[in-house]
Amino acid sequence: MIRSETMVEQKLCVTLLSGRTIEQGVGKEQGKSSSLYFEACSMVYMDSGDMKKLGLRNDDNVLVSTDRGSVVLKAVKYPRADMPGLIYIPYGPWANAVCSDATSSIGTPSFKGTPAEVEPARGRIVLSMEELLKSEFGR
Amino acid sequence: MPTVKSVVCPVCGSLCDDIELTVENNEVLKVKYGCAMCESKFLGYKGEHRIKTPLIRKNGSLTPVSMDEAVHKAAEILANANYPILYGWSSTSCEAQRVGVELAEEIGGIMDNTAVVCHGPSILGVQEVGIPTCTLGQIRHRADLIIYWGCDPWSAHPRHLERYTSFTEGRFEKSEWKAYLQKVKAGAGRKKLASLRRGGFVRFQPRVQAPQACSVTGPPQTLKKEGRKLVVIDVRKTMTAEMADYFIQVEPNKDYEVMQTLRALVRDQELDVEKVAGVPVEYLEEVADSLVSCEFGVIFFGMGLTQSAGKFRNIEVAISLVRDLNMRTNFAIMPMRGHFNVTGANVVSAWQSGYPYSVDFSLGYPRYNPGETSSMDVLLRGENDASLVIAADPGANFPKRAVQHMVSKPLIVIDPHMNATAMLGDVVFPSAFVGIEVEGTAYRMDHVPLPLKKVVEPPEGILPDEEILKRILEEVRLIKLQRMKQPVEVAAQ
Repeated sequence: MIRSETMVEQKLCVTLLSGRTIEQGVGKEQGKSSSLYFEACSMVYMDSGDMKKLGLRNDDNVLVSTDRGSVVLKAVKYPRADMPGLIYIPYGPWANAVCSDATSSIGTPSFKGTPAEVEPARGRIVLSMEELLKSEFGR
Repeated sequence: MPTVKSVVCPVCGSLCDDIELTVENNEVLKVKYGCAMCESKFLGYKGEHRIKTPLIRKNGSLTPVSMDEAVHKAAEILANANYPILYGWSSTSCEAQRVGVELAEEIGGIMDNTAVVCHGPSILGVQEVGIPTCTLGQIRHRADLIIYWGCDPWSAHPRHLERYTSFTEGRFEKSEWKAYLQKVKAGAGRKKLASLRRGGFVRFQPRVQAPQACSVTGPPQTLKKEGRKLVVIDVRKTMTAEMADYFIQVEPNKDYEVMQTLRALVRDQELDVEKVAGVPVEYLEEVADSLVSCEFGVIFFGMGLTQSAGKFRNIEVAISLVRDLNMRTNFAIMPMRGHFNVTGANVVSAWQSGYPYSVDFSLGYPRYNPGETSSMDVLLRGENDASLVIAADPGANFPKRAVQHMVSKPLIVIDPHMNATAMLGDVVFPSAFVGIEVEGTAYRMDHVPLPLKKVVEPPEGILPDEEILKRILEEVRLIKLQRMKQPVEVAAQ
């Protein structure tokens, strides 16, 4: 079957990167329990073409899953350039819900370059830091 | 209003030392010259997110207690533990770190700092092949080729370009700030023209297309320009990449291949392939030419190399590339350290124990073997039976499985803010902000120690990290002494 260009896909296989953003930096200095930190870290930058493939608009919620777990995040179009096949989550507890903990026997986890899947998660909410910690660690 | 000048900013490893603060009634009111993160820290330190009193988890929730009770509880946990982890240390002073090493030795624990999750691989790479490096002052005045590899200083070290590299006025090299502004204006003009053309307001077509500065569609002319050149190599186009004269976008986890290619090209070897890591070899040839033809070049590298496939091998080959280049010209390399005193944590640990991070005192003498003695691996294997976290937030920045084990055992947290780790802690100490409420020493990313200033008094009852650690250490020694006496007394009875 020839797939139409406009056909919306259910799920996309991507490479997950995590790292710094200036908003995350400002939020962490303001306080990890601040709303600034929550907004800066509970999101995922995606390629505009990839978002179109999944039928997503800016600020729609998505479910990011890896073999380590899954997390609901707000999808935001990466403003600087196209990055098909890549997603970028700022460092924080939301990124660490899905990032690889493989240390290659030297102590440093693989925070960049983890295979992941993204799917739309309309109707599901992004957990606050308290809720996320409670669901993951029971505290 | 009174101003305090030449304040060192306690945020990132750049340690900008030109901050000017307006202070009135023991409160910072205005920040001058700082970046967004600096402003956020100096104005947000007093916010509602501070921990106000020591806390102990009772019946599942954190309850305020006295400092003495918290110190006793923490000391009891550490004195009872067989294999505790003492982790963090990167956002506090060298003076507090020194007490930390003493405490780790006393309780036979693991002394580990945040380098384990960031530039630990860089340290391993340096231990393999050494490091040709210099101070940021040398780079500011002399470097004519700046390379940022796997890092985005615009996001993580916002004033790095302005103070130390491309956009600073050096003695022998001029600032590229004006040229960058012209490039931005020209880019904005092109966009406007294209928009007008799309709307049908302008009909003419330019006869010659201007070259795109940051394009990967063809080898750029910008590498042949006069003055300082800025090259960015990354897996995505960052803001720093937009500022660059040349941006190379490599495929994720393939930096190692690109670096080995550059090593081959610098040695004038020919390659049989057309592309490496998605980058045409002809572009890499252009970069290799500029590497060899510069007067003094520097590579700054970040987490893009240390946290992706290859890890410390990436660093080893990056340093080897710099070593090769030093046969032809002058070159240096430097890691972009994140926390303001993570370099200090490595330095203090190294001068006290002989090793820079992941030091295991459990056998009574320091041992170092990242992978075995690194806090991350110990947590993932579920081996430690208590943790003390200070001046870091592994609750937010460690992978889930490591934190799951951390919270399953007693957890002591020392931090000014209620961060994720403090929310998960069993004993939580509020501490004063180093560099705002307490003075101390911090090491810049180029290993230059700088004095941090005290600009306001800490809130009442809030102690510095160093003081809290000293009190815990004293209490641990007291508990151990009592235990040594107890069997004698029992035997005598």
